[in-house]
Amino acid sequence: MPEHFQRPLSPHLQIFRPMFTMMMSIVHRITGAALYFGSVLFVWWLTAASMGVDYFSFVQGIFASWPGQIVLFGLTWALLHHFLGGIRHLVWDTGHGFELATVEIVARLTLAGSILLTVAIWVIAYATKG
Amino acid sequence: MRYRSSLARVRGLGAAKSGTERWWQERVSSALSIPATLFLIWLGIRMPGLSHSEVTQILGHPTVAIGLILALSTLFWHMMLGMQVIIEDYVHGASRLPLLIANHLFVAAFWSAGAYAVLRLSIGGQ
Repeated sequence: MPEHFQRPLSPHLQIFRPMFTMMMSIVHRITGAALYFGSVLFVWWLTAASMGVDYFSFVQGIFASWPGQIVLFGLTWALLHHFLGGIRHLVWDTGHGFELATVEIVARLTLAGSILLTVAIWVIAYATKG
Repeated sequence: MRYRSSLARVRGLGAAKSGTERWWQERVSSALSIPATLFLIWLGIRMPGLSHSEVTQILGHPTVAIGLILALSTLFWHMMLGMQVIIEDYVHGASRLPLLIANHLFVAAFWSAGAYAVLRLSIGGQ
């Protein structure tokens, strides 16, 4: 048998009509990758805190700036989206929640929940600001 | 041109007998990331507007410091497993192996840097 025998390939993403659940799956992976690189900011902040008041103030200033706040807000949403989506996956792993109607509803609840919780966290953080 | 027969390739690249373990690690690290994430959110909400001494006092508290090291550990473990799957899915050819190694280096570097910062805040005697 030749090494590169032309076997029929399974159709990939681009052949399907985009569906909500499919987009949620893709976004789950994208948010995971974003959080991977976002972790650098968290470690940078921890390191800054350990290095003394001057460097910490410098880093806090960057995070408190408008671009910094937008990035942190985006990462908060990515974290909550991946967090809720991850719980959804763990439930699926137990063999539950595979009915089509359930899948659709839970996917929508995941997206809505991630946005609502992100806003709630930022409202609480700003309201209780010391 | 490869000189190995298909059977030899299958024998050479077949099941590594560790697939189930990796799958299970993904689930365990994922489940442990739930309390870790809630802990970081609880911590993060308190941070805006605090002075450097207030921040270091909170982060250096034994319970918080241990919680941070545990959270960093499970989250970086989870990130390593997740990024490995992404690389294995999309990267083929010569850059695959270097990227897989870079993934391990990235996780090792930032996990140890984060844990070191927490230890310094906690027992560094500032």
